[in-house]
Amino acid sequence: MGFWERMARIDRRIIYLFIAVVVIVPILLQITLPVTVSPPVRMAYETIDALPESSVVMISIDYDAASMPELQPMLRAILHHCFSKNLRVLMIAQWALGVPLGIEALESVAKEYGKKYGVDYVNLGFRPGGMAQMVGMGKEIRDYFLTDYRGTPIDSLPMMRHIHNYQDIALLVGLEAGATGDMWVIYVGGRYRQDIILGVTAVIAPDAYPYLQAGQIKGLIGGLKGASEYEYLVGKPGLGMAGMTAQSCAHILIILFIIIGNIGYFMIRRRK
Amino acid sequence: MMQRKLPLLITFVTGVIMVVAFFVPHPPLGGLEQVSLRWYSIIAGFTLLLGADSLIRTHIRKIRRRENVFYSTVLLCALGLAIGAGAHAFITRGSAFESGTFFMYLYDNLLIPLQATMFSLLAFFIASAAYRAFRARNLEATLLLIAAVLVMLGRVPLGEMMWSKLPVIAEWIFNIPQMAAKRGILIGSALGAIAMSLRIILGIERTYLS
Repeated sequence: MGFWERMARIDRRIIYLFIAVVVIVPILLQITLPVTVSPPVRMAYETIDALPESSVVMISIDYDAASMPELQPMLRAILHHCFSKNLRVLMIAQWALGVPLGIEALESVAKEYGKKYGVDYVNLGFRPGGMAQMVGMGKEIRDYFLTDYRGTPIDSLPMMRHIHNYQDIALLVGLEAGATGDMWVIYVGGRYRQDIILGVTAVIAPDAYPYLQAGQIKGLIGGLKGASEYEYLVGKPGLGMAGMTAQSCAHILIILFIIIGNIGYFMIRRRK
Repeated sequence: MMQRKLPLLITFVTGVIMVVAFFVPHPPLGGLEQVSLRWYSIIAGFTLLLGADSLIRTHIRKIRRRENVFYSTVLLCALGLAIGAGAHAFITRGSAFESGTFFMYLYDNLLIPLQATMFSLLAFFIASAAYRAFRARNLEATLLLIAAVLVMLGRVPLGEMMWSKLPVIAEWIFNIPQMAAKRGILIGSALGAIAMSLRIILGIERTYLS
């Protein structure tokens, strides 16, 4: 068996080992790389930045722990931006298992800025219904959320007294690990002309590009790269920027694998 | 007879109300639409119970048949534990998601690591699959391979450090060729969804009844 045939039949565990090393080592060494902001992320940043003080930003947590490494840094960076601009945050979740992730980020970032629950931010939590709930909230949020995630009646929260439907919400930010973002754009953006920004995992970012180009969303934050760019823009380096070095190394390694695999493929084919 | 006609009638009436209310959102249609949407949400809540019921029955059946007894037992025990912990936290603290509850302990120390592990396995499988299967066998595969390499390099800072134009090229691939294909698929699937919706509302498509 020649060298290239041996390479073509390399044990997959060796590939796994290489991947583990290039992901773990940069994180342990805490190497950070320079960040350049892409136009879709800058659009998202500028949309939030242009909102007048006290505007309400609705953030929808549509992911769970599986997508947490990509979307949680994004959420934290957006919350930093909102609270530093004195915007009010209304959080909901279309994924039940995303609720604790939303609570964790919202409570910790709000604390940094001395924001008060019920006045500067509210967390409504999860209700089933998906698309029906999205459409129905266009008339009255109380038809779906009479209480917040703790069971507190929302009418007893000062911030919620004047918030009834999308007309009272300046911007909707959907953090998406699935198709919920499409529903926000189709049902809420299309019907109620709600301004929307999407933060999505890298896998589904290409799906959101048509919405961005058509002006159906005002900005797009894609994957860990998008999260790192947003962290850079708000000046709060976090897990997004820390993870980009590992992701860079993993991408380079995968490209090297592809090149070696193809050289082997052509060498074997030529010999045959 | 009524078993088939009644659901068809409900579907037709509800579908027509929703379509008309979209264009005429004034009373009484707007109100009817809002009531329908609330009913839908309530039914969606009950489907969670149906899902749990189906899951429990399936795994009890598997245990009885002695198929994967260990995994089914673990699943049922975990389900019982999560429901018990959630209910306990809800009764004592008013919410399952309050920090310091046993439910949140399970969430932080079991669910997050398990879900993160499952998702992160993708990195290993993608690397292995790329090495074995991503071959420039013909023109189309070669184009796909070149595009993939350019996007992978253009989307990370190391790629930009190699050549500053790489992010611009990656963005161009996203904005032009990728978008053309994606938009075609989106328009096609939207037209398909409209046709299917009309078929369901008019009672032509009845597979959902079986």
